Amino acid sequence: MEGLERIVKEHPFFAGLEEGFLNLVCGCAKNVRFEAGQYLFHEGEPADQFYLIRHGRIALELTAPGRGAIIFQTLTEGEIVGVSWVIPPYRWTYDARALDLLRAIAIDAACLRQKCEADHDLGYEMMKRFLPILVQRLQATRLQILDVYGAPA
Amino acid sequence: MAPPPEPPVPGRTPPDPMVPCVARVRRRRRDAPQVWTLDLEVDGGDGTKNFPFAPGQFNMLTVFGVGEVPISLSGDPAKPGCLVHTVRAVGAVSDALARLGPGDPVGLRGPFGAGWPMTEAAGRDVVIVAGGLGLAPLRPALYQLFAGRARYGKIVLLYGARSPDDILFRREIESWRRRLDIEIEVTVDHASSVWHGHVGVVTTLISRADFDPLHAIALVCGPEVMMRFAITALRHSGLDDQSIYLSMERNMKCAIGFCGHCQFGPVFVCRDGPVFRHDRVQSLLALKEI
Repeated sequence: MEGLERIVKEHPFFAGLEEGFLNLVCGCAKNVRFEAGQYLFHEGEPADQFYLIRHGRIALELTAPGRGAIIFQTLTEGEIVGVSWVIPPYRWTYDARALDLLRAIAIDAACLRQKCEADHDLGYEMMKRFLPILVQRLQATRLQILDVYGAPA
Repeated sequence: MAPPPEPPVPGRTPPDPMVPCVARVRRRRRDAPQVWTLDLEVDGGDGTKNFPFAPGQFNMLTVFGVGEVPISLSGDPAKPGCLVHTVRAVGAVSDALARLGPGDPVGLRGPFGAGWPMTEAAGRDVVIVAGGLGLAPLRPALYQLFAGRARYGKIVLLYGARSPDDILFRREIESWRRRLDIEIEVTVDHASSVWHGHVGVVTTLISRADFDPLHAIALVCGPEVMMRFAITALRHSGLDDQSIYLSMERNMKCAIGFCGHCQFGPVFVCRDGPVFRHDRVQSLLALKEI
């Protein structure tokens, strides 16, 4: 458990998290590993976990009829996979696939949501950490939608 | 009969900057869909073929009978005998330029404008953020950085393209990646599942890059919206406005600050730019119309 706490504490997403909150988060955490090509989750499935990437890369994909899987974002070491666990109905809206051997910490979303409900200070701390990520991804999506490099004729 | 007038000597105080000299296409190659790179050769009239330029400068290229457009130099400043221009065929003139072949004539005026701050970059980490065709005007700066590698701190190249097929200078980027003294990250806005590189907008690479923001200088070139997002990310990483330079694109016509077509608030992009320090143009960047 001490090893897990150290890993969670050292992950950039939880940098500076106070000891009490860290213990609460670690109570919902476990080490996971995925082989290259293995899916972490699929669109429509319950968002019952989110992941802190320790090593490796992940492709977030959407499948469009006739076009196959389209990667719209890749995430790497030090980043977070999954924000759908924060917002009802807690279901994934895309697929996530390991691009190479992936080591991560999985956080049980239901467990953490319950703890956030019981301790709003923890909930507020989580929101403060997730909101900037949501905003960054929203801004990146805006830039992507603008298709600034222009489509070939 | 009077002898014919001497042709203007490009890059060496031409008598009239509005009069083009004639260059010839030496080589043409396709770099991405609709993007072509032309190697031009200029005969200075006295047998010399040198055409000195600074990274970030541009030339006015004419396709005779069609028109004239500003095109950045994308070749190596240390090889002034070969003028390299990378063109996206999007309009009448650029399309005609992209169709030229070896031996075809091109009217040429230049080089014009203020280039990248290579002197200011000495001794500092250099972060290059390029989007799409924006890598072309930055390539001369990269050549110069490589040539004087010891004079600079870390060199970081962050490049974003629309898709894997749209990556410019792909082979060259792969060869640069083999160097151990430069960090290169390439990302695309979207890709199919066979792509194994980064996916996401180029600005997402900035926070992951390894440089000292207090001793870094950033050179940014790409579509203006992309540059605005990149500037926000660079500032978030700790760079100040005096350390961020960007290359602006406007409707340049005369290239000498005379006609006013490229006026951007109080400055002329052709004469005072196209490379500007961010604090000098930041108040103008978000304006819908000037």
